[in-house]
Amino acid sequence: MSDTTPVVQGRGIVKRYGHVTAIDHSDFELRQGEILAVIGDNGAGKSSIVKAICGATIPDEGDILIEGKKVNFTSPIDARNMGIEIVYQQLAMSPALSIADNMFMGREIRKSGFMGKYLRQLDRPAMEKFAREKLTELGLMTVQSINQTIETLSGGQRQGVAVARAAAFANKFIIMDEPTAALGVKESRKVLELIQDVRARGIPIILISHNMPHVFEVADRIHVHRLGKRLCTIDPKDYTMSDAVAFMTGAKEPPAEDAA
Amino acid sequence: MSEANQSVQEFETATSRTDAVAEFDDPRRGVLGKLQHLLHVNPSLVPLIVLVGAIFIFGLLLGSKFFSPFAMTLILQQVQIVGIVAAAQSLVILTAGIDLSVGAIMVFSSVIMGQFSFRYGIPVPIAVMCGLAVGTLIGALNGWLVSRVKLPPFIVTLGMWQIILATNFLYSANETIRSQDIEANAPFLQFFGTKFSIGGATFTVGVLFMLVLIFVLAYALKHTAWGRHVYAVGDDPEAAELSGVNVHRTLMSVYMLSGLICAFAGWALIGRIGSVSPTSGQLANIESITAVVIGGISLFGGRGSILGSLFGALIVGVFTLGLRLLGADAQWTFLLIGLLIIAAVAVDQWIRKVSG
Repeated sequence: MSDTTPVVQGRGIVKRYGHVTAIDHSDFELRQGEILAVIGDNGAGKSSIVKAICGATIPDEGDILIEGKKVNFTSPIDARNMGIEIVYQQLAMSPALSIADNMFMGREIRKSGFMGKYLRQLDRPAMEKFAREKLTELGLMTVQSINQTIETLSGGQRQGVAVARAAAFANKFIIMDEPTAALGVKESRKVLELIQDVRARGIPIILISHNMPHVFEVADRIHVHRLGKRLCTIDPKDYTMSDAVAFMTGAKEPPAEDAA
Repeated sequence: MSEANQSVQEFETATSRTDAVAEFDDPRRGVLGKLQHLLHVNPSLVPLIVLVGAIFIFGLLLGSKFFSPFAMTLILQQVQIVGIVAAAQSLVILTAGIDLSVGAIMVFSSVIMGQFSFRYGIPVPIAVMCGLAVGTLIGALNGWLVSRVKLPPFIVTLGMWQIILATNFLYSANETIRSQDIEANAPFLQFFGTKFSIGGATFTVGVLFMLVLIFVLAYALKHTAWGRHVYAVGDDPEAAELSGVNVHRTLMSVYMLSGLICAFAGWALIGRIGSVSPTSGQLANIESITAVVIGGISLFGGRGSILGSLFGALIVGVFTLGLRLLGADAQWTFLLIGLLIIAAVAVDQWIRKVSG
């Protein structure tokens, strides 16, 4: 695998729901080490295409290649097992459980030896240490204790834990579905910084967002989705936000060299 | 509390290693805030305080008549059935469900154990295994309807309760197997009634089973991945699913385990009353829910400790015996239990309002 092999490549993806074509022969490309923002009007199908990439929906046609190899995910768990993590807008956490328990939900570490093998005891010290390290790496130290329950954290802190969880386990890439939509201005800032920290660690990110200032601030490339397919991919340095909105809504034709 | 402090300290050392400044929440919460936090971290503390308080008050009022190994172990024997069933109920309620069929599963399992031994002459241990298997199977059916067909647990188990009870009466022809017959021909059915004494206090195998069961489940819920998944599913099933928890498998395991535990309760019931009676244990579902609620487990799921259910069952037992020894009308017991239920839920609501 060379450095120029895209992390994700989607070719001619189609997904129909009855008479509705949610994804209409769309292409997709995520490159090494970049933040790719996916923007599109409501109903353009930007969530659908990302769902197809992470196995949440199974496309009717088309190929998805991860690091050059064709994959056929049947559930998000398959994608997760390959090192693809997802951060959801609605926080996928159990409020009454601790930060450490949540970070390891579904992939707990068991103790070695008799206690772990036969009594299936969790290795709490190891899990807590790992969770602490990951939060510290991303500068998330405003939590009191790793055993704090999620419900005692602010929205921004919760999303911080979700991002840290994704960063800790993703070795391919991370999908973030509107990670700042539920947050206030100050908390959004923090999460945007986190997203850039994660990129700095070499993990590529797919960022689905409605928020143009956020997209233009962090994205390396912007995938504009319109009417079920990729309209164009633009460099945020070459275009303004109003250009992007114009492409999204169809008010303006995309430049030929950037078209999908 | 000390555990929490310790981990805060550990965290401080972890952060100072990277020369970062950790911010902490304002520690001044006030007495009420501290209490709320403490109860939030240890939800079984309230029933424990009530239990110790009740024992203390009845001990003062009644003296050695109440405060004796005999009375104490009598309470344990009286609550063993409810205690075992409450363990099953706790598991289901932790997943934000409710199981109204627990009592019916218990009785039906005991009837199967008895009838298989007496009607068909099946060796008793095999008949017992059949009873346990039927309990687990009914649990599996409940679990499947809840998890796969997505029916509300209340409805599923309300229906199952009627179905099993009717099957129970049809199958047993409303026939009781007498205690003497069991003693003579199938004493293994009464195994849970076997008595042994430790220092003047008499225990039964059933009591021991209840205590061991609760402690094993408390361990499993707190220290295994399965236990964390049970809480996560009760807390927010969608979030659990998105985090990679197999919600269906977790729910199935909980309902099946609940059915199995109820079948064990059926076996213990034979030990307790001696006979196999299809009309016994009619109130076990309500009594188990009472124990669970008084024990501080949230009916909304994901919160509480199974030890609380044991304390809840014991509180009911202490009130029942204490008031009887005081010569009070039995209705006073129900009145007080009713008050406790409402108080327990009020405390739960208060604890949930976390000072963020």
